[in-house]
Amino acid sequence: MPLPTTSSSNLLPIGTIVPIDHLESIEGWGGAVNSAAFVFRPSTVQQLKDAFALAKRSGKKITLRGAGRSYGDASLGRENITIELTRLNRILDWDPVNGIIKCEPGVTIEQLWRYVIEDGYWPPVVSGTMYPTLGGVLAMNIHGKNNFKAGPIGEHVCAFDFLAASGEEIHVGRETDSELFHSIVGSFGVLGCFTSITLKLKKVYSGDLDIKVFIAEDLHELFQIYEKQIPESDYLVGWIDAFATGKELGRSIVHQANYLKEGVDTTPAQTLRAQHQDLPDTILGFFPKSIMWIFMRPFTNNFGVRLVNYAKFLSSKISPKKQMRQAHAAFAFLLDYVPNWKKSYGKGGLIQFQSFIPKESAEQTFRKQFELCQHEGIVPYLAVFKRHRPDKFLMTHAVDGFSLALDFKVTNNNREGLWKLTEKLNQIVLESGGRFYMAKDATLTREAFHKYLGEETIAKFMELKKRFDPEGILESELSRRLL
Amino acid sequence: MPEFNRVLIIGASTGIGKALAENLLNGGASVAMVSRRREPMEELRIKNEELRIKGTGASHPYGKAFVYVHDVRDYDKTESLFQQITGDLGGLDLVIYNSGVMPSMQENEFNFAKDKEIIEVNVMGAIAWLNEAAKRFQQTKSGTIVGIGSIAGDRGRRGNPAYCTSKAAIATFLESLRNRLSQHGVKVVTIKPGMIDTDMSRGKPGLLWLISADETAKRIIIAAQKGKSTAYIPRRWRLVSLILKSIPSFIFKRLPV
Repeated sequence: MPLPTTSSSNLLPIGTIVPIDHLESIEGWGGAVNSAAFVFRPSTVQQLKDAFALAKRSGKKITLRGAGRSYGDASLGRENITIELTRLNRILDWDPVNGIIKCEPGVTIEQLWRYVIEDGYWPPVVSGTMYPTLGGVLAMNIHGKNNFKAGPIGEHVCAFDFLAASGEEIHVGRETDSELFHSIVGSFGVLGCFTSITLKLKKVYSGDLDIKVFIAEDLHELFQIYEKQIPESDYLVGWIDAFATGKELGRSIVHQANYLKEGVDTTPAQTLRAQHQDLPDTILGFFPKSIMWIFMRPFTNNFGVRLVNYAKFLSSKISPKKQMRQAHAAFAFLLDYVPNWKKSYGKGGLIQFQSFIPKESAEQTFRKQFELCQHEGIVPYLAVFKRHRPDKFLMTHAVDGFSLALDFKVTNNNREGLWKLTEKLNQIVLESGGRFYMAKDATLTREAFHKYLGEETIAKFMELKKRFDPEGILESELSRRLL
Repeated sequence: MPEFNRVLIIGASTGIGKALAENLLNGGASVAMVSRRREPMEELRIKNEELRIKGTGASHPYGKAFVYVHDVRDYDKTESLFQQITGDLGGLDLVIYNSGVMPSMQENEFNFAKDKEIIEVNVMGAIAWLNEAAKRFQQTKSGTIVGIGSIAGDRGRRGNPAYCTSKAAIATFLESLRNRLSQHGVKVVTIKPGMIDTDMSRGKPGLLWLISADETAKRIIIAAQKGKSTAYIPRRWRLVSLILKSIPSFIFKRLPV
């Protein structure tokens, strides 16, 4: 649907009515928060500008949204004009010699890897799902299972074009405008909109990765495995059974993945084909994955997850398969393996609590977090562990340490208790000098946000907000909650 | 049961509308009040603000009140005001159209000016506002619409022809909305109050089973939460209505009702 053009409607007074057929009920990816908004999906930068103009005329605020893959309320803005960037998704330029690609912000990670893999490239940093847009990815400055080595995605962006809420259009290079670059990347969509993004991709010599599996009997052993394996890993990710208590607390399975050196893969032309990367449509050869979430539903409760976790841990322990080859996509996008798996969590959806803790106190802090969840009787159904390194982005979530991501099922009955639990978890994180991640957050308070970033950083950020969005047009539920 | 956190009441300054606003605000909902007269709504808003301030921090039970002065016959302004209100409330869960007039009418009086006002306020205003609500709710696939019919609309009685017409019309309009919107998950509730102790009825002859506006408001909220199609208040009027409706016309025209 084309947007109303600026030329004819400029004459209308403030208070212009936004067409009601644009109103949609939209939700954060976790499904635990939603709101109604007037959604526009521009396919050109001109249409994007038109949507900004419409917002000004109608006196409404704007919320920017990519693929809506943030777990919480980062892409929601009740009754606002929501600009969804999924149709601004052209690949503008590709240089396969140097691995440099220029994309519009609505290009997804999936679009990106499918386009470049046969030339022997892979995105240097990816999330656990391939569906986010690059605009969203950059607004959140996402990290992957290789954060300790590759840093966040922002470190691989050469430059971007940016349309500020004020209408100012700037080209920002990582080297040439370092301070601005490191402030806009990670500004969670409240300063302006990326209109093009230039990325340097990672050269790969095979479509496969070398995978190794390690078992940790408890949390301490998990940290030991990490210490030993980090120097030899390209990717390292740990899955923890959050139901394990006492001596077994923190029992986990660690997956390490390494790129294959040139020449190791004897058939790279084949493994680098997109088809080789594709996740299978069926499980065990016949079971269609599209309906798999329905069969997961009976297990998405305390008893079921306890059972599944135990089985998973046990089978990993006795399985002889400690080493294997896996395609990039199969390893990276575990969250896409079962489509719509979040539906198995039921109507209330889920939230994720992810905290980043300095290495000195991480083990102790995560132990406390697990014990607190178990004590409160609200245990996460998924717990994922990663290693990080600091970076120089203004709104960074990274520390020289570790992160733990906890997925909680939300129900009508536990909602209040769960939000209270996250407040206590926040406190533990703040006490150990930890940080949070806007792509996941749904529950952080303003006080906690200001505390972990520090007033100096907040002041710097507000100065940028004043420069790029003097009228305060851009906001999200997340920014209303935290800024 | 749906949660009514953001509520719009059209006709909120007196009687049932005011009682609805009070009850919903006390229950923690944010309420947008629309009416011709500013003062009664302002009074309620200020009273509510004071209660809010007295409440403790984030967990205070009182919602926020918004005041909009508007004549429902200003049909050209309905759409933009509706959008302003949903913006101010941050969404919408429940709309109650309560505006209504019932001018006193002599037994042999025929007065087009009075009839016109009745139809414009009770029917045209309702259609203007509830169309906006319907458009919105069919997009968001949620929401509850409440309209106020009357036992007076169940039969064309001699007392006030245009008023009976208006209440029959609103009941039929609501039924059509219900049949259109149920597929989108929207509830449409028709309230048929009997005789209520309000300015509208006070002092009129032949009042029966009178209940207070506050009690009526409480029962309307319950009916809305349950998503009932039609609710008589008090319930015994359903039986009375059934009997009235079954009386053949050749007898009904002789009855002094």
